Amino acid sequence: MRWDWVTTHLDDIGAATREHVVFTVVATLIGLAISFPLALVARRWRWLAAPVLSTAGILYTIPSLALFGLLTPWTGLSRTTAVIGLVTYTLLILTRNIVIGLDGVAPEVREAAAGMGFGPARRLFRIELPLALPVIVAGIRVAVVTTIGLVTVTAYIGQGGLGRLILDGLTRDFRTPLVVGALLSVALAVVADVGLAALQRRLTPWGRDQ
Amino acid sequence: MNFWSGVVEWFTSASSWEGNAGAVHRLYEHVAMSGASMLVAAALALPLGIWLGHTGRGGAIAINASNVGRAVPSFAILVLAAQVWGIGWKPAFFALVALAVPPMVTNAYVGLQGVDAEVREAARGMGMTGAQSLWRVELPVAMPVVVGGVRTAAVQVVATATLAALVAWGGLGRFIVDGTAQRDFVQVFAGAVLVAALAIVTELALAGLQRLVVPAPLRRRRPARERREPFVGLAADPQPS
Repeated sequence: MRWDWVTTHLDDIGAATREHVVFTVVATLIGLAISFPLALVARRWRWLAAPVLSTAGILYTIPSLALFGLLTPWTGLSRTTAVIGLVTYTLLILTRNIVIGLDGVAPEVREAAAGMGFGPARRLFRIELPLALPVIVAGIRVAVVTTIGLVTVTAYIGQGGLGRLILDGLTRDFRTPLVVGALLSVALAVVADVGLAALQRRLTPWGRDQ
Repeated sequence: MNFWSGVVEWFTSASSWEGNAGAVHRLYEHVAMSGASMLVAAALALPLGIWLGHTGRGGAIAINASNVGRAVPSFAILVLAAQVWGIGWKPAFFALVALAVPPMVTNAYVGLQGVDAEVREAARGMGMTGAQSLWRVELPVAMPVVVGGVRTAAVQVVATATLAALVAWGGLGRFIVDGTAQRDFVQVFAGAVLVAALAIVTELALAGLQRLVVPAPLRRRRPARERREPFVGLAADPQPS
């Protein structure tokens, strides 16, 4: 380890970390924006649940380097390719957990809401979603941690956040940036996981004794 | 030349498939590397996970193994392994073994723990010893979940073996990595198609195996992978690489 490299490259390391976080946040938010309606559709028309989830499952199976390769004819080695790929990997976990979470709401609770005069939309947002939150956030945690790992691979298509430090260290055979990039991406994943778990406990105070 | 006719030409020309840099040899390398690391990882992980699940010891370690594994990007594991073992087959092999162990330990533990206490007691009541109960009752019942872990690990290993091209080893990832370096996107696309196909075939084959190992009397229930609790299930999901 060359600590002098670290102190002289703090700006680069900071920029790489920021880019890593931005990729992760953007991919997760777009993933949620797609998964939420997908999950509602899969719940409304039950026969669609299996094809929706198995399509997401097949996409999830494709190795990321290959998925980026499959996208290059359309979007090249660009930021767009990276984001499309990263979003694709969040779909299975997010959609499935939203479905499982909403399905887990007890029928009595649903009937009580209907009895209090709640319409379907108000029942969804005021009753079912809050109760499903622990399972949904569990899905978001896995999606975020997975995405943080995958952002490193996007270094190969010229993006990559901290992955660029890793690839840079690998190609120049210079260990310091490589170790810094790897350690920081693991640290980001752990911080994000613990932070989201804490956020979930705050958002669902009624579940605290469980 | 048009991109898509370039792709068609790549797939139809013999030079893409033959020789040491051809797709057939690359596929062989990919499968051999994945298979060898899966065998070693299974030999380490399954006895450990089964023993922990049977005795009920070390639950926290067994459950958290795959969560910790997920936080470490496979790309980083591979590159760090290259720092220890240099470039070539060794870092790829050891990185793949390290990736494959956690999901198999977790699923073996969860599978064995998930056997009903009444079932264990019934085996004991019929006069079976601990080992007989494990081999003849608990393992068959737990088998779908145990194989689920093997499936997760195998899909992940096949995917990560693609990245092994980055540490100067072969496999189908070479087409993607070399093509990117040479700005030869026809080669990138063709390699990506081959890798994606291999990953999907692996997933489907092991999903089939998982269905086959369900003991016949239990077959009419839904498969274990769908029946599991969301939190346990998440721990066992593959990590895309």
